[in-house]
Amino acid sequence: MPKITVTVNGTSHTSEVEGRLLLVHYLRDTLHLTGTHVGCDTSSCGACTIHLDGKAVKSCSMLAAQADGSTITTIEGLATGNELHPLQEGFKEEHGLQCGFCTPGMIMCAADLLSHNPNPSEQEIREGLEGNICRCTGYHNIVRAIQYAANKSLVVSE
Amino acid sequence: MIPSSVDYTRASSVTEAIRLLTDNPDAKILAGGHSLIPAMKLRLNAPSLLIDIARIPELRFISDEGDKVVIGAASTHHDIISNEAVQDMKAMIEAGELIGDTQVRNMGTLGGSIAHADPSADWPAVLLALGASIQVQGPNGERSIAANEFFLGFFMTALDEGEIVTAIHIPKLAEGQQTAYRKFMQPASRFAIVGCGVSVTVEGGLIKDAKVAFTGVSDAAFLDEGVAAALIEQPVTLETIEAAANAAAEGDIHINEDHFSSQAYRKHLAKVYAKRALAGACGLD
Ligand SMILES: Cc1cc2nc3c(=O)[nH]c(=O)nc-3n(C[C@H](O)[C@H](O)[C@H](O)COP(=O)(O)OP(=O)(O)OC[C@H]3O[C@@H](n4cnc5c(N)ncnc54)[C@H](O)[C@@H]3O)c2cc1C
Ligand code: FES
Ligand code: FES
Repeated sequence: MPKITVTVNGTSHTSEVEGRLLLVHYLRDTLHLTGTHVGCDTSSCGACTIHLDGKAVKSCSMLAAQADGSTITTIEGLATGNELHPLQEGFKEEHGLQCGFCTPGMIMCAADLLSHNPNPSEQEIREGLEGNICRCTGYHNIVRAIQYAANKSLVVSE
Repeated sequence: MIPSSVDYTRASSVTEAIRLLTDNPDAKILAGGHSLIPAMKLRLNAPSLLIDIARIPELRFISDEGDKVVIGAASTHHDIISNEAVQDMKAMIEAGELIGDTQVRNMGTLGGSIAHADPSADWPAVLLALGASIQVQGPNGERSIAANEFFLGFFMTALDEGEIVTAIHIPKLAEGQQTAYRKFMQPASRFAIVGCGVSVTVEGGLIKDAKVAFTGVSDAAFLDEGVAAALIEQPVTLETIEAAANAAAEGDIHINEDHFSSQAYRKHLAKVYAKRALAGACGLD
């Protein structure tokens, strides 16, 4: 079995994993970081989005072994202590969620977008989220939440 | 869904990857995994061993080599569209930006896309239009395959047993050469129902060279010689382009059909997207 070492939200973990273990299952079932969700079986919904070496990826569509040696940030790693990340604050202030199932993925994808485009237009936000599906909100408030975070211009890319 | 059991190993060099592939007949190369892992989750594919090549440094680079741009096979879609060296090749940017979504572009690779040869993948049509060549390496050494001899059929390429794609060579644009890519996408998967990549070279107001390539239309991406021929020595006008585009997907080719699109509709879309891509390349859209 492959032995992997990954740094997740600042903590290093070394584990023996089955070759076929998906990264999302490693995060949820081995590390108990259940903020990363599984919303589909077809790589479509983006609920499983995390950052792998600073870039948004779908953790359901890669193996844990592929992440060996990488630095991972999940939704649990965004806030600083009790201080919400501007995107988390934005989703709260702008009512960017209803059931909340898609929210971790939306936020992780939006954080990637803001890291290379700190001041996106509405169109750019919508295009940037094309890999994330929300069944509840109709997206308007998600866009506003991201605009809120961009306006705060505080976004520190982790 | 969970893939069936599989061993995983990371190759540290191209030579090691080829040796592992030769020694393990049921093994598969793993690059971004964004075609292979979803297929394994659906149990459409169940290799015994995955040989991960994504982190081999000699496969992940993009370099400007004077008369050509060379792209390592493990370069991601994102690496490519954000690289300075390809910015004037509009077809590359326009196609790359429409592949899947941000997350897919951060993992999926150019080499993986062309080796997989999905009949609806975007890169094949672009590489055909740009006259690219594909560098491969196997147990018998290295060779170079022209893009128009690489895509042979439904998920079928000119790669031999044990061979891997190492790099893609794209000739630099000539004076007066412009390129574009337009696609009509399946709204959920974002794969091309019809994608059209074009290159047009204009000299003294006349079209001197043209390449028009389609993906999604047939079982493999192909160059449409009929449209190209109808453009040569013609002035750069919308009328010329429209007349040439009407020749698209005619003749003796197999046209795909599925629940999204009949053959007749795909043929129609091929003409519409040839027109749009050509107009885009010529600055007439
Ligand atoms: C949600 C989603 C949407 C997508 N949308 C699009 C789209 O709109 N357009 C599009 O074109 N694609 C799309 N794709 C496919 C995506 O671009 C894939 O990344 C790509 O097709 C395969 O590249 P990969 O690096 O992920 O290859 P992998 O999945 O790792 O490998 C694919 C196949 O190629 C082989 N292989 C990989 N690299 C090499 C190599 N260097 N030499 C020899 N064989 C190799 C593997 O053994 C395997 O058989 C989408 C994928 C997903 C999950
Ligand atoms: S769970 Fe990963 S894309 Fe849906
Ligand atoms: S808030 Fe329910 S899926 Fe987005």
